[in-house]
Amino acid sequence: METKNIMIVGVGGQGTLLTSRILGALTIQAGYDVKLSEVHGMAQRGGSVVTFVRYGDKVYEPVVEEGQADVLIAFERLEALRYAHFLKEKGAIVVNDNRIDPMPVVIGAAKYPENIIEELEQHHRVYKVDALEEAKKLGNSRVFNIIVLGIAAQHMNFTKEEWLKVIEETVPAKTIEINKKAFEVGYNLHS
Amino acid sequence: MAEKVIMLGNEAFARGAYEAGCKVSAAYPGTPSTEISENIVQYEEIYSEWSPNEKVAMEVAIGASIIGVRALASMKHVGLNVAADPLFTVSYIGVTGGLVAIIADDPGLYSSQNEQDTRAIARAAKVPVLEPSDSSEAKEFVKFAFDLSEKYDTPVIVRATTRLAHSQGMVELNERIEREDKPYVRDFAKNVMMPGNAKGRHLVVESRENALEKDGCNFSINKVEYQDTSIGFITSGIPYMYVKEAFPEASVLKLGIVNPLPRKLIEEFAAKVDTLYIIEELDPIIEEQVKSWGIKAIGKEVLTVQGEYTANLLRKAIGGEKLSIAHPAQVPNRPPILCPSCPHRSVYSILNRLKIHGAGDIGCYTLGAVAPLSVVDTTVCMGASISTLHGMEKAKGKDYIKNWVALIGDSTFMHTGINSLINMVYNKGTGTVMILDNSTTGMTGHQDHAATGKTLMGEDANAVDIATLCKAVGVNHVYEINAFDTERLEKAIKEATAMDEVAVIITKSPCILLSKAPSKKQYHILPEVCKKCGMCMKPGCPAITKLENGTIAINDTMCNGCGLCEQACKFAAVKPVER
Ligand SMILES: Cc1ncc(C[n+]2csc(CCOP(=O)(O)OP(=O)(O)O)c2C)c(N)n1
Repeated sequence: METKNIMIVGVGGQGTLLTSRILGALTIQAGYDVKLSEVHGMAQRGGSVVTFVRYGDKVYEPVVEEGQADVLIAFERLEALRYAHFLKEKGAIVVNDNRIDPMPVVIGAAKYPENIIEELEQHHRVYKVDALEEAKKLGNSRVFNIIVLGIAAQHMNFTKEEWLKVIEETVPAKTIEINKKAFEVGYNLHS
Repeated sequence: MAEKVIMLGNEAFARGAYEAGCKVSAAYPGTPSTEISENIVQYEEIYSEWSPNEKVAMEVAIGASIIGVRALASMKHVGLNVAADPLFTVSYIGVTGGLVAIIADDPGLYSSQNEQDTRAIARAAKVPVLEPSDSSEAKEFVKFAFDLSEKYDTPVIVRATTRLAHSQGMVELNERIEREDKPYVRDFAKNVMMPGNAKGRHLVVESRENALEKDGCNFSINKVEYQDTSIGFITSGIPYMYVKEAFPEASVLKLGIVNPLPRKLIEEFAAKVDTLYIIEELDPIIEEQVKSWGIKAIGKEVLTVQGEYTANLLRKAIGGEKLSIAHPAQVPNRPPILCPSCPHRSVYSILNRLKIHGAGDIGCYTLGAVAPLSVVDTTVCMGASISTLHGMEKAKGKDYIKNWVALIGDSTFMHTGINSLINMVYNKGTGTVMILDNSTTGMTGHQDHAATGKTLMGEDANAVDIATLCKAVGVNHVYEINAFDTERLEKAIKEATAMDEVAVIITKSPCILLSKAPSKKQYHILPEVCKKCGMCMKPGCPAITKLENGTIAINDTMCNGCGLCEQACKFAAVKPVER
C-alpha cells in the first residue's frame, strides 16, 4: 500500500497527542508500519502544534511534507488554513469550526482572517463541525477532538468497529462511553 | 516472537538502557531529552534521579561508572555545555562500568536558545558519538554504546535530535541482561587526573581514537547500500530517512558512528560512486573531515547549516526538482504564550506597569518578553539573569539598575542561579532578584527539583527552603509573596529596587497546570457595565478577546479564574461566577 499521510493540527493544549495516540494504535493493529511525529515542550504552551502520522508497508521519514497529506485534521480553523498547503490535490480537511485568537490578534497587531472555511472550500474537500457545541450537547466539552476524529475516520480505510475498539483501549476507563458516543456523532455527521 | 510495540524515540532510549543492564540514570530536564528519564523511572532495576543541573548529573553517572556499574546521563544539547567540564576529563579517565550520555540536539529550534551541534563538542572532547535514525535504532544503539564504552574504555555519546526524540516508531522488545558489577580497584594513574597522570592518559585517548577510527569500519551499526552508483550519499541519523524518501534508487553509506569517522569505509564508498553528497543537519562536521582527506564531495554548498532538513529540501537542492507546492496562506503567527491564570502574568503585569526592565532567564517566564507584557530584556542561558544584572551594575553603577530586576524560575535558580546570587552578595552588588517560584520545572512539562519535596522516583524528599537558602548566602532582605497579591508585590518591588542592598522577592504560586481539576471559579464581563476600555486585556490573557463590534468577552473554556482581569478593571465590570 502507498503510505498514507495524516496531519493533526491545533493549538497547544487541545489534545492533539491523544488523537495521534489513537491513530497510531489503530494503524499498528491493522499491521502497518507506522511513524508518528509530535511536538512536546515549549510549543505546547498555547502555540501552533502539528502532529504527523504516516502508515503503510514501509515508512521512512516521520514527517508529512508540503503537498503530501491525504487528510488534514484541524482542531481550530486558523490552524487549518495555516497548514492547508500540506494537502495533496484531492486531500480532505476535517475542521473544527472554532476560533481561538493568537496573541498577535489579541493585542491588535494582526487580524483574524475572515471566511476561512469558504477559502479552504475553493481548493479542497472540507468537512466542518462546531465540535465544541456538539461536545457540550453530550455533556463534556473535552471530547470535542474525538468528534472531529469521527469525521476524519470516514476518510481512512479502517472499519468503525476497529476505531471503537482502539478508543476503548486508549482513553481513560472512566471516559470510554462518552468518547465512543463522541466518535459516533462525528462518524455519522457527514456520512 | 519478541513483542513489537510503538515507542517514542526517548522511550526507546530508556528501554535500551534498561535492556543493557544500566543501573543508574541521572539527568536534568530539557526539551527534547526529558522523556528519557520520565520513561526510565518505570524500570525498578534502575535508580534514576533529577539532578539540579547537567554537570551534577554527568558526575553522578561518572561516579557509578568508576565503581563498576553501567550508568547513563541524559540532557539537551545546551546541557552538555554545563556538563562539558566533567565530560572532557572523563574522556581521559575512561570507564569501569559502561558510561553513556544521550544528548539531544534541536535543529529547527523547537524549544531552545541556540542550534549548536553536539558532534563538535564530542570531537573536542574526543568522545565517540553514535547516531540512530529511528526508535528501533535508538534502543539498539544505546545497547551498542554500553558495550563499546566498556570495550574501548571510553564514555560514549548517543546523539538524538528533536525529530528522533519526539517521533514514534516500531520497536522490538528484548529481555534485560543483568550484569555483574565490575570489581572496583583503586587506580591512581587512571582515576586521579592531576597533570602527571593526565599526560599519560592523553596518550591513551589518542590511541583509542585511532583504534576506533579503524575498528569503526566494521561496526554493525554502519550500513552500506549499493544501488545506482552514479550518485551516492553519506548520511546518518534522521537525515538518512529524507535521503531514502527523496532518492530511493541511490547508493547510501549510513554511518552509525559519526565520531571518530570510519575513514576506510568512507574512502571505499567514495571511490565507488560518481557524485558524492554528504547530508547532515547543522554543522558540516562529516563534510569538512571527508574533504580534508582529499575526497570530492558536495554538502553545504547546496544545503544549509540551519534548521531541519526534509525530503523536499533534498529533492530541490540536489535533484533540481521544481516542486509544485501551493503557497502557504498568509496568516497571523501563533507563538506559545503564558497560560490563562499563570502566576508569571501577574508578576509581569506589575513590572510592565512600573516600567521595570528584566534581566531574564530561561523558563516559561521567558514568554513575558513578548507583547503585551514585554518585560524581559535579556535571555542568555540558565542562571544568567542574576549575574548579567550584576555585570550591568558593575559597569554603570548602582543607580543605573534601580529600574531593573533579575527574573528567574525556581528550577533555574536551583540549576545555576544560586551561584550568581552568592556572587552578587559577595561582590557587593545591590540588585533585586525575583524568584518566580511556581513549585515545578514548568517549561519542560513539570518535573520535580530539589525545592519541590519529591524525587523523580516519586519519593518524598527534603524541599530546599529557598528563602532560608537566600538568607544563608547573605541576603538580608527576603520577601515571600503570593504572585496574585498584586498590592503587596508592587510595594515590595518598589522597596527592593530602591534599596542599596541585594534583595530577593520570592513570588510563590503553583503553576496552574499542576492542579488537574478545572477551577471552580470563573470570570465573566457584565456587558452593561463594561466601558470597553481594554484595561482587563493589558496583562495579555488569552482567554479574553475583543469581538469585532468592540465587545470584550471571556472564553469560558479557557478561563481558570485567577481574577487578574477583575483587579485590572476600574469599573467593576468583571465578576466571578461559580462553574
Ligand atoms: C542548560 C539547560 N538545561 C535545560 C534547559 C531546558 N530548560 C529550559 S527552561 C527550564 C527550566 C524551567 O523551570 P523554572 O526555572 O522553574 O521556570 P518555569 O518554566 O517553571 O516558569 C529548563 C529545564 C536549558 N534551556 N538549558
